[in-house]
Amino acid sequence: MSTLIPRMASRAGRRPRNAELLLLVFSVALAMAAYAAVGLAHDRRLPTDMIGYGGGLAVLFAVAHLALRRLAPDADPVILPAVTVLNGLGLAVIHRLDLAYADRARRAGDSLPPAAAPAQLTWTAVGVVLFVVVLLLVRDHRVLQRFTYTAMLTGLVLLLLPAVPFLGSTINGARIWVRFAGFSFQPGELAKIVLLVFFAGYLVAKRDVLTLASRRVVGIDLPRGRDLGPVLVAWAASLGVLIFERDLGTSLLFFGVFVAMLYVATERLSWLLIGLLLFMSGSYVAWRLFAHVQLRVDIWLHAFTPKNMNDHSYQLVQGLFGMGSGGLLGNGLGLGRPDIVPYAQTDFIVAAIGEELGLTGLMALLVLYAIVVQRGLRTAIGVRDSFGKLLAAGLAFSVALQVFVVVGGVTRLIPLTGLTMPFLSFGGSSLVSNWVLAALLLRISDAARRPAPVPGSAPTGVPSAAADDRTQVVRL
Amino acid sequence: MNSPLRRLSVAVLVLFGLLLLNANYLQVVRADTLRNNPRNPRIIAEEYSRQRGPILVDGKPIARSVATRDRLKYLRDYSQGKLYAPATGFYSLVYGSSAVESESNSVLAGTDASLFVRRVIDLLTGEQPQGGSVALTLDPAAQKAAFDGLTALGARGAVVAIAPSTGAILALVSTPSFDPNLVSGHDPVAVRAAYKRLSTAAGQPMLDRALRQTYPPGSTFKVVTAAAALESGRYTPDSAVDNAPSLDLPQTTSPLPNENGAPCSSSGTATLTVALENSCNVSFGKIGLELGADALRTQADKFGFDTSVQVPMTSATSRFPTNPDLPQTAQSAIGQFDVRATPLQMAMVAAAVANRGVLMTPYLVSEVRGPDLSVLDTTTPKPLSTAISPQTSAALTTMMTKVVTEGTGSNGQIPGVVVAGKTGTAQQGGGRTPHAWFISFAPADSEPKVAVAVVVEDGGGRAEISGNGLAAPIAKAVMQAVLGQR
Repeated sequence: MSTLIPRMASRAGRRPRNAELLLLVFSVALAMAAYAAVGLAHDRRLPTDMIGYGGGLAVLFAVAHLALRRLAPDADPVILPAVTVLNGLGLAVIHRLDLAYADRARRAGDSLPPAAAPAQLTWTAVGVVLFVVVLLLVRDHRVLQRFTYTAMLTGLVLLLLPAVPFLGSTINGARIWVRFAGFSFQPGELAKIVLLVFFAGYLVAKRDVLTLASRRVVGIDLPRGRDLGPVLVAWAASLGVLIFERDLGTSLLFFGVFVAMLYVATERLSWLLIGLLLFMSGSYVAWRLFAHVQLRVDIWLHAFTPKNMNDHSYQLVQGLFGMGSGGLLGNGLGLGRPDIVPYAQTDFIVAAIGEELGLTGLMALLVLYAIVVQRGLRTAIGVRDSFGKLLAAGLAFSVALQVFVVVGGVTRLIPLTGLTMPFLSFGGSSLVSNWVLAALLLRISDAARRPAPVPGSAPTGVPSAAADDRTQVVRL
Repeated sequence: MNSPLRRLSVAVLVLFGLLLLNANYLQVVRADTLRNNPRNPRIIAEEYSRQRGPILVDGKPIARSVATRDRLKYLRDYSQGKLYAPATGFYSLVYGSSAVESESNSVLAGTDASLFVRRVIDLLTGEQPQGGSVALTLDPAAQKAAFDGLTALGARGAVVAIAPSTGAILALVSTPSFDPNLVSGHDPVAVRAAYKRLSTAAGQPMLDRALRQTYPPGSTFKVVTAAAALESGRYTPDSAVDNAPSLDLPQTTSPLPNENGAPCSSSGTATLTVALENSCNVSFGKIGLELGADALRTQADKFGFDTSVQVPMTSATSRFPTNPDLPQTAQSAIGQFDVRATPLQMAMVAAAVANRGVLMTPYLVSEVRGPDLSVLDTTTPKPLSTAISPQTSAALTTMMTKVVTEGTGSNGQIPGVVVAGKTGTAQQGGGRTPHAWFISFAPADSEPKVAVAVVVEDGGGRAEISGNGLAAPIAKAVMQAVLGQR
């Protein structure tokens, strides 16, 4: 590590923000091009509001960029442009589906459905504002460590809120919504981030204990039995989410990220194996006990049986048809029929992109996510404090796992679980939460990439580059 | 903590690698299978975005695709929808397609293998791919005569006319008919409403009675019984047959009487020819008993009973009952009991008699052309079976000619043309009014150009029901149309 930091600092140069600005211009141009393509395909002319739309986006992301310049000048220059492309592309696809739904309603003589794209644009603005607020409030990510147990409490409350009678409501079979004063949101998205703060703080505090080995079996150090507590609690909580909120995706995401962070904190492979074992036994039990889990598996395995195709697997199969129709290059934005697939604006937005932008577009999208995740993990490697490492790793890995679960589900690699695509899918809670996630990641990245202090003159509170992780834990 | 982080990065790359591989598998390896899955609604949208080929009658389109401005670029248009509905069928976004629209879909849609080269050229030149055209055998004048005849009666019924020497179908009419435009539109709400109305309408307008409905053929079946009698070698046209007013049937107390309760011939003796002329139930019942059910069924099967044909639409199967007892055999010999025949089947009987005993395979599509008008396929007439010998054919033709000139089928007469025919009044039982039938062909003295079968369901709801009164005039009009007399 001691050799790494000066190298990173020198390579990143003193002007990561200029590189970011250049990339951002390209990102906004890409989002505008997508918007223009939709208009050209649908009305055979450029959308009249294109300048306003593009200008709005440009202003929003310029605000985010300026906030970084001021508040996190050394932060990674790639993350913001990457999520800008995701957010902008999502807007274009959501708008494109709005047009298709409106056409359909007009043909059927129904009243027009509310357009989703303007709402999503508003949520983008809210997200960017929160992005700036987080950067403003959290001037040093290590402050968050003080709120470890507050975060746990908040996270659990948020997570369990939908299960509360009268407050929670079931939409499309999953009880993950909270309705309050005519306003509904998914607290699970925000709970994800809050709980990651807790995980990181908790693991930093307890990693010495969790690292202790009791016995060595075939080259693997097994933890002590009494230290199994935390992982069992996480496991039980995930099962609780699955059982009481019927939310397969969130359940999987929490447990997966927790186990990954446990592994990173302890460097013990045994925790991964124990996690895997618990996951498999939990999945088996859930599959045996719960009809909705069995149904998901049946849809996955027997998607193309006529009985399923008309009913349960209709969405999955129509999505596959769409992606198959898209082929290598896609039908072109606005030229396919992604509106056939139910929930194309949220869970199945990947199918819409696969159909209209083809394999090429889908692969580019996946690579974009991979870049965000790898930049996040790189931040984790680069940052000096353990809490920052764990939090950055958790944030990045949660994005990776979420993308894997959603895209894997839509492309029938794994059973469908029902999560949104970060930054891409329609939905305020998800979008806003992910902007908060990006802000935290960039905050840690700023610390990680800050030029190495001259040896011996390290500011108080920040360990020197040579400091070992262990010593920090002892200090805290 | 950095080494597990690096391993985590690798694990993440593996996860993304799996997603990328799976996406490649879906969108490259499985792309065609998924794209062309018949359950993929995008296929339908794609079909509508191509100009579907026309269905032609006498060189003029009766179904064609016209450009529209809505999302589906072409709308199917049936210029004389009701007239040709049993042949064209419909082409619906919601309900799929039927009849020729369905049977010849691959040609019309341009996806047929025979159009492959054309498609490749279109792809290279950037031309909008088009469907091929399908020409039907129908004779517009005959079709119109048949449709007008049934419509004028306000009756449910059907007409099938066949060119005896080829099997080409000249008229294919079913009434009441429906307008395929109503269910082929682009407005799913209107289409659904129209389809619901049509499919629940009392007259079953979407039922193709000509091919898909079976009726008791009644006395028209006596032609088959007479053929079996002549083929058996035990009868000639001049053989004496039972002339009693009523036939005592074995195993039952209820006898089989003649229609009018009188003897067949007032002269005391009746020949086979006279029995057919006057449509005597007693004579033919007795013949049926003497020949036996098996001989009758064998003869019926040679005319096409008990199998279905593809014209290309699949016809309903006409039936001669299996294992009838003796009274049932006698009833079957006069086309009652469980004998069931489609109008197409009875036209095939007339056509086989007309064509020296050779039954030609009936067909509706004469020619298939590519979008560039190159002929891709022409239907070659094919014999389906040899129903009767040329001698039997000649004898039956003479007998059926006398039915028209001297017997029950006088309304089939055409000035200057020798017409052979047979009437039928098929009892339905259950107190329902009988069906009126007429089968005929002309000219009977030279090369017959047209054989026709007409059925008027329930006698068109009239009090006075006879094949001669209701069905024969329509058959006459159709024959005149084919012979160019109208």
